Amino acid sequence: MYAFDYRRPSTLAEAEQALSAVSGARLLAGGQSLIPAMKLRLNHPSCIVDLRGIAGLNSISRKGDALVIGAMTTHAEIAESAEVNGTIPGLVHLADGIGDPQVRNRGTIGGSLANNDPAADYPAAVLALGATLKTNRRSIASDDFFKGLFTTALGDAEILTEIAFPIPNRFAYAKFGNPASRFAIVGVAVADTAAGVRVAVTGARDNGVFRVAAMEAALAKSFAPESLTRIDVDPSGLASDIHADADYRAHLIGVMARRAVKAALA
Amino acid sequence: MSATGIGQSVRRVEDFRFLTGSGQYVADINRAAQCHAVFVRSPHAHAAIKKIDTDKAAKAPGVLGIFTGKQLAADKIGPLICGWMIHSKDGSPMKAGSHPALALDKVRYVGDHVAVVVAETLNQAHDAAELVHVDYDVLNAVVDVATAQQPGKAQIHEQAPHNTVYEWHLGDKAAVDAAFAKASHVTKLEIANNRLIPNAIEPRAAIGEYDRGSGGYTLYTTSQNPHVARLVLSAFNGIAPENKLRVIAPDVGGAFGSKIFIYAEELVCLWATRKVGRPVKWVADRSEAFLADAHGRDHLTVAEAAMDETGKILAVRVKTKANLGAYLSTFSSSVPTYLYAPLLSGQYDIAAIYCEVDAVYTNTAPVDAYRGAGRPEATFVIERLVEVAARQLGRDPAEFRMHNFISSFPHQTPVIMAYDVGDYAGCMKRALELADYGDFPKRKAFSKKSGKLRGIGFSAYIEACGIAPSKAVGSLGAGVGLWESAEVRVNPVGTVEVLTGSHSHGQGHETTFAQLVSQRLGIPLEQISIVHGDTDKVQMGMGSYGSRSGAVGMTAVDKALDKVVAKAKKVAARCMEVADDGVDFREGVFFGAGTNKSMAWGEVALAAYVAHKFDTAEIEPGLKEGAFYDPKNFTFPAGVHIAEVEIDPETGVTRIDRWIAVDDFGTVINPMIVEGQVHGGIAQGVGQAMLERTVYDSEGQLITGSYMDYCMPRASDLPSFVVDMTSTPCPSNPLGIKGCGEAGAIASPPALINAITDALGHEDIAMPATPQAVWRAVKASHHKHAAE
Repeated sequence: MYAFDYRRPSTLAEAEQALSAVSGARLLAGGQSLIPAMKLRLNHPSCIVDLRGIAGLNSISRKGDALVIGAMTTHAEIAESAEVNGTIPGLVHLADGIGDPQVRNRGTIGGSLANNDPAADYPAAVLALGATLKTNRRSIASDDFFKGLFTTALGDAEILTEIAFPIPNRFAYAKFGNPASRFAIVGVAVADTAAGVRVAVTGARDNGVFRVAAMEAALAKSFAPESLTRIDVDPSGLASDIHADADYRAHLIGVMARRAVKAALA
Repeated sequence: MSATGIGQSVRRVEDFRFLTGSGQYVADINRAAQCHAVFVRSPHAHAAIKKIDTDKAAKAPGVLGIFTGKQLAADKIGPLICGWMIHSKDGSPMKAGSHPALALDKVRYVGDHVAVVVAETLNQAHDAAELVHVDYDVLNAVVDVATAQQPGKAQIHEQAPHNTVYEWHLGDKAAVDAAFAKASHVTKLEIANNRLIPNAIEPRAAIGEYDRGSGGYTLYTTSQNPHVARLVLSAFNGIAPENKLRVIAPDVGGAFGSKIFIYAEELVCLWATRKVGRPVKWVADRSEAFLADAHGRDHLTVAEAAMDETGKILAVRVKTKANLGAYLSTFSSSVPTYLYAPLLSGQYDIAAIYCEVDAVYTNTAPVDAYRGAGRPEATFVIERLVEVAARQLGRDPAEFRMHNFISSFPHQTPVIMAYDVGDYAGCMKRALELADYGDFPKRKAFSKKSGKLRGIGFSAYIEACGIAPSKAVGSLGAGVGLWESAEVRVNPVGTVEVLTGSHSHGQGHETTFAQLVSQRLGIPLEQISIVHGDTDKVQMGMGSYGSRSGAVGMTAVDKALDKVVAKAKKVAARCMEVADDGVDFREGVFFGAGTNKSMAWGEVALAAYVAHKFDTAEIEPGLKEGAFYDPKNFTFPAGVHIAEVEIDPETGVTRIDRWIAVDDFGTVINPMIVEGQVHGGIAQGVGQAMLERTVYDSEGQLITGSYMDYCMPRASDLPSFVVDMTSTPCPSNPLGIKGCGEAGAIASPPALINAITDALGHEDIAMPATPQAVWRAVKASHHKHAAE
C-alpha cells in the first residue's frame, strides 16, 4: 500500500470540501473494492475521505411508496432488515448473496453502486426497480446513473447519499455466481412495478448493467417464466473470460431470467 | 485400551493454541532490529536481462541493501538444487538447467526472482523495489506443454535441447505390445491432469538471522522438513556449515508438499542477513504464493488398456508429458517418474505395464510434489481407464473392478511395487453397501423427473506411502535416505519429551505421537510433549510428506520407546531386587515377578536419575534413548470412493449428492484426525476435478493469480461425507500403520469425473469440470443422442 492521507469528516459538507480540496482524494465507504486495490498498489489515492463518520447515511425506511436505503447501509443490514423483507424481499435475497459474511458486514450499497463494478449485484436491482439515486446535489434516475465500466453519472465531489426503490408488485434477482469470486457471471433482476415490467442484467457485459427490451415486452404481456422461453439473447457484445464465454452468458441470461420470474411469482 | 491411547479420537491438543491465535508462525516472530525483504520479480515469462539498474532504488528512504544474482554468485552461494537424479531411457542423466536463486542472465517465468530489496520497513522495501529498473530483452515464451518439445520453440535452458529434461520409461514394452496384439478389446483415453496451485492457508515466510559473535546463522522458515533444508543450505548452497546453521520451522499453517522445497526467498534472506548485519524478514503475500510456490500435477497423457474376452485387463500402456515448469524444483524429477508409474497397476492384477514419461521445461512456475505427488495422476489414469473400459464392455463398473482386483498377497506388480497386504473386494463391498448402490437406478429416475442428470462414479485407489527403504530409494536416484529419527527424553519425574524428525504442519502430531507414548508408557497426555521443527533440538530428521509421519516417524518413536522401556525395566529390576527379566511393565506400573512389589513409572524414572540403586558401571544413569528407523518397504493404503452427482443441464452446475469413502489405512491412531484428513483430501480432489483451474496465457502471464479467478473448494461445494474404514494392518512396521494424508486427494478426482461422465453419458470432459464445461458437455451429449 502506498502512503495516503486520511480524513474522517462528520458532515456531508465537510466530506465534499475535503474531496474538492485535495486532488486524487477518494471516498471510502465499506472499502471492499478500494482497500484490496490499494493493498495491491493498483490504486493510489492521495487522500481517503472516510464516510463512516457521517451520521444518518445508514438508515432503512419506508417513505410512501418507496423503500429508502441510506448509501452507507451494509449488505448485512439490508439482508437482515425486516423493513426490506416486508417491502422488497428480493433485495434481502440479493444482499445475502453478496460475497461472504466479512464482505457483507463491511460493504455498503452506496459503495457498490458508486463503484459500478460490471459484475456487482445491486446495479441490476436498481435498474430493474427504476430506483432513484440521491446525492448531495441532486436526484438521478437509475436509467441515467450507470455509464459503463466502473463509471457512473456521479460528478466530482458528488456523494451518493440514499437510494429510493419504488415498492414493486413483484421483484426477484437470480444470480449465477462466479464459483471463485462469487461476483455475478450473470445476474438478472426482474421487477413488475407500477411503471411496468423491467429486466436488468449484470455480470454479462464489460460495460455493466443493461436492460433486455424483448424480455420486458414479453413479460408485460404475461408475467410468467414461459413467456421467456422463446427469447434468445444475442451473445454479441457480451463478455467472454476464462469462466464464461459470451454464448454461455447469453444462455444463462435466459435461464436466470426465467428463474427470477419464477422466484418473483413464488 | 487407555482413553488416550491408540485408536482413540482424542481431541487435538494443539488446537487451543491455533484457535485462540496463540500459535507462533514465522510471520508472528519478530527479531530485534529486523528489516524487511521484498523481491523484484520478473514480469515476463522469458527474457534476457540486459541490465539491472539499482542506483535510484538504493537512494530511496530506508534502503539497507539491494542484491542481485551477481552478488550471490560472487559470494559462491550455490544455485538451488534438484535432489533426485532421473536417467532417460538411453541411459543419459536428466538435463537440468541451472537454477540461480536470483536470476543471472535470464528470467524464465513470471515471478522469477531478479533482485531483493532490504529496507527498514516493508513499505520502504516495496517503494524501492518499484524503483529497480530492469532492462529486459523479451524472448518468445514456451507455455504449452504439448508443443514445448517441437523444433523451433524457444530454448529455455541451453543444457536441455528441445526443452526436454528426460525421456524416461518403466516396464516391459515388448510384453505390453504382445498383450495388446492379442487383446479382444482396447480402451484408449487422452487425459489432462490439470495444474494446481497449492494455496496453503499460511503463505511461505522466512527470517534469516546472523550472529556475528558465534558466526552462526538461524533461519525461521515455513518448512515441512527443516533438517533437509539445513542439509541443502549447508552442503549445496554453501551458506554455512551445519554446526553453524540452525533451521527452525515453528507452527506451519498447511503445506501439502509446497513447503518441502528449498526456495530462493528463504536462501536469499539467510544470505542477506549477513550482508546487512540485521535479521531479514520476508513474508509472501498471496499474489507471490500464486506466482512462485511450486505448483502441482500438470500432465498430458495418452493411456490404453488391453482386455481379453472375459474383461481381464492384460496390459496398460501410458505415455505422459509432464510439465516441470521453468526450473527443476527440489524433488520435481521424482514426481512424474517413481512416484507415478509404479502406481499404474492400481488395485488390479495386470501382467504387463509400460509407461513412458517426457519431462518438459516451460516458462511457467516450477512444478513439484503436491498432496499425493504422482499418485493422484496415476490413479486418475487407471481409474478412468477401468471405468471407461467397463462402460465400453457393458459391464457394471464395480463388478468389473472386482473381476480384476488383486486378491492374494504379497503381490508383485510389473512396475516395482510389492504390495504387502490388502482386502480390495472387502472395501468395495462395504462402499457399495454404504452407497445404497442397488437403489441408484431409482434415484437416477427420480432426478430425471425433475430434469436433472444423475451419475455415479467409482475410484478404487492405491497409494504408496512411507517411501523406503533408503537403499532402494537411493537406487532409484534419490539424493537422500527416507528413514526417520526419534529421541525419547524421560525427565526425572517421569514426564516425557519426544523429539521427532517428523514435522507437523496441521496433521496433529502433538496429539497422535503423544497417544502412542501414552499407550506405551501408561501416562496421561499432559505429561508428554512432542518437540519438532528445530534443528538445535532434534538432531536430524527427514520431515513430513508422502503420508510418512505415522508409518515412519511414529515407528521411530516406537523403537526409541522400546529402548526406554527396556532400560527402565532394568532399573526397576534393581530397585525391586528381582532378576533383569523379572519385571513386567503394564499400564504405567512395573511389577516384580514373584513378589508383591511394584513401582510407578515416575518412581522408576527418578530412580534412573538418582542412580542410588544400581551399579553405574553397569547401567548408565538417566533415561533417554534414540532410534533411527528405516522401513523395509513402502506401505500401501487403499480404498474405494464412490461419488454421486446431480447435474443441472440448464446451467451445467454439478451438485455432489453423496460421497462414500471406505479406506484401509491399517492401524489408525486417532480416527477423528484420520477422518479429518480424508475430508480435507476429498475437498482438494473435488477442487481439482471441478473448481481449480490454472491458466497461463500464451505469453506466460498467470491469469488465475488470485482468488477472484482461482477457485478453491468451499464447504458449500461439498456434501456431508460418509467415511468408513476397513483394516489390514501393515506388516512392515510394528504399529501396522499405512498412512492417510494423501488418500482423499488421490481417490477423489477420478470418482467425481467418473460420476459426471456417467451422468453425461459420454467421456468427453476434462478437469476441472466447471459449470461451463459441463454445460457444453451436456449439449454435446444431446448432439450425440440426436446423431444416434
